[in-house]
Amino acid sequence: MAQETRTAYGEVLAELIVEDPKIVVLDADLTKSTKTALAKKACPERHFNMGIAEGNMMATAAGLAASGKTVFASSFAMFATGRAFEQIRNSICYPKLNVKVCATHAGISVGEDGASHQSVEDIALMRSIPNMRVYCPCDQFETKAVIRHVAKIAGPCYVRMGRGKVEDVYNEETIFDFERANIVRQGKQAAVFATGLMVQECLEAAKMLAQEGIELTVVNVSCIKPLDEATICQVAAEHELLFTAEEHSIIGGLFGAISECLIAHEPKKCIPIGIEDTFGESGPSKEVLRKYGLCAEHVVEVIRQTMDSCKK
Amino acid sequence: MDNKELQSHATEIRKNIIKMVTSAQSGHPGGALSGTDLITVLYFEEMKIGPENVGSYDRDRFVLSKGHASALLYGVLAEKGLLDKALLPSFRHTGSPLQGHPNMNYVAGVDMSTGSLGQGLSAAVGMALANRLDQKDHRVYVLLGDGECEEGQIWEAAMAAAHYQLDNLCAILDFNGLQIDGDITAVMNPTPFDQKFKAFGWNVVEINGHDYDEIRAAYAQARQCKGKPTLILAHTIKGKGVSFMENQAGWHGTAPSLEQCEQALKELEGK
Repeated sequence: MAQETRTAYGEVLAELIVEDPKIVVLDADLTKSTKTALAKKACPERHFNMGIAEGNMMATAAGLAASGKTVFASSFAMFATGRAFEQIRNSICYPKLNVKVCATHAGISVGEDGASHQSVEDIALMRSIPNMRVYCPCDQFETKAVIRHVAKIAGPCYVRMGRGKVEDVYNEETIFDFERANIVRQGKQAAVFATGLMVQECLEAAKMLAQEGIELTVVNVSCIKPLDEATICQVAAEHELLFTAEEHSIIGGLFGAISECLIAHEPKKCIPIGIEDTFGESGPSKEVLRKYGLCAEHVVEVIRQTMDSCKK
Repeated sequence: MDNKELQSHATEIRKNIIKMVTSAQSGHPGGALSGTDLITVLYFEEMKIGPENVGSYDRDRFVLSKGHASALLYGVLAEKGLLDKALLPSFRHTGSPLQGHPNMNYVAGVDMSTGSLGQGLSAAVGMALANRLDQKDHRVYVLLGDGECEEGQIWEAAMAAAHYQLDNLCAILDFNGLQIDGDITAVMNPTPFDQKFKAFGWNVVEINGHDYDEIRAAYAQARQCKGKPTLILAHTIKGKGVSFMENQAGWHGTAPSLEQCEQALKELEGK
């Protein structure tokens, strides 16, 4: 089945707000898009619309958290982490307050709205702030588990979600461990560290490569910070070729995080698949993703080319 | 508390401020001295805060939105007996809990980490909403700088406070008329404050920020106002109490020399 991660967020938040009286939800005039409207319906008295004023929303969230609340603050990834970066840094992360910045519409899969609304820098921004944890779940089941996870742990968290429907990778029975990167498919020659919707694309690429006799390992790195360095290093040691795949700029995101880990612990070449240092553009989601190389076919091409050049 | 006693506490707080910035050879004396009388009445008469509840958020709260006036906050906490006076000379020194701009996790009684201007009023909106959710009648106070009102976020927060009818929120605007680069009306005129806050849906009380009777009456009026937040627009003198600092923008972020410190302390002690 395919579902939007943002819908999964809204559904689980609607459960959590009823279960936990400490939870308060803030939104910036996007309740229907971010799906916090579902939580509002479940518990209107603890959902506040803060209007189109993201900076104020984040610092208000900090004030609520300083009064013992667990605050979920939502907007599009672009505005949550871009417009309100400094409020997240100074009012939430510096005092280590219990605010969960849950952003939807991340990356270029936003589609038609174009580059002004396509956040390709948010992982880089959020993971550079001390005290911040960064999560990027790939499907509805992982999203629900991540949201329940961040609701339980103390301190600031960033959760990155998308706009469009994504195929299920996991199921209702899956037990998640966000301390560990998850090896979704065990291969041999090459390994790809993927996050968000690129997990599905890499799994699809793995099927295509298998027909050519190439066995691709796919690691879902849904917790980008703190990074599971042990699993990253182990996978790196066991494979000849390493790749990363993300719907984010190759500067400072998953590629940045994996590269930092590898250089420090298991120096090895790693090739990025992501958005080259550029802005996105308008268009239907699938077309835009394809144009910028965020599809299974491009993953196959990059891996095949890399293997060919190694043989030469 | 009679005005004489308040005056005596305010003098001690001002001395704390001068000693702290001198010890650090950095800091912001001008805007700390201008807000001292307002904050003295707040801590010694208005707010229900003491050793028994300082460690909890289940009480009245104060957010120093103009976080650069940290010496004022540490100074009043020390005078109130909530902060060890022996720590004051460590202000702005490496390893000290008394950061240049306050950190709520280092000092009990610092209710919010501030320093980046414009954010404290929003945090106070969050605290006021939390009080309402918890059905507590605690009040939330915020000290704003006048130059700080050039930040757009102040007006986002002002809109939100009025929208949610936060009558448990009281902002005090330390209207000393000066910011780092000079007169606020010359740098980027944020006035008229009274008309702007009224237009945003606030109850506005205009007072002399160094007159204890007026300050006391303003806090009482704020408490009685229902359905909207209150702004106390307090006319103050930057550097108040130290002759050579008064009304000088240059003392916004400059520390006195040892000689100047001595002179300032003498003046404050009325010698």
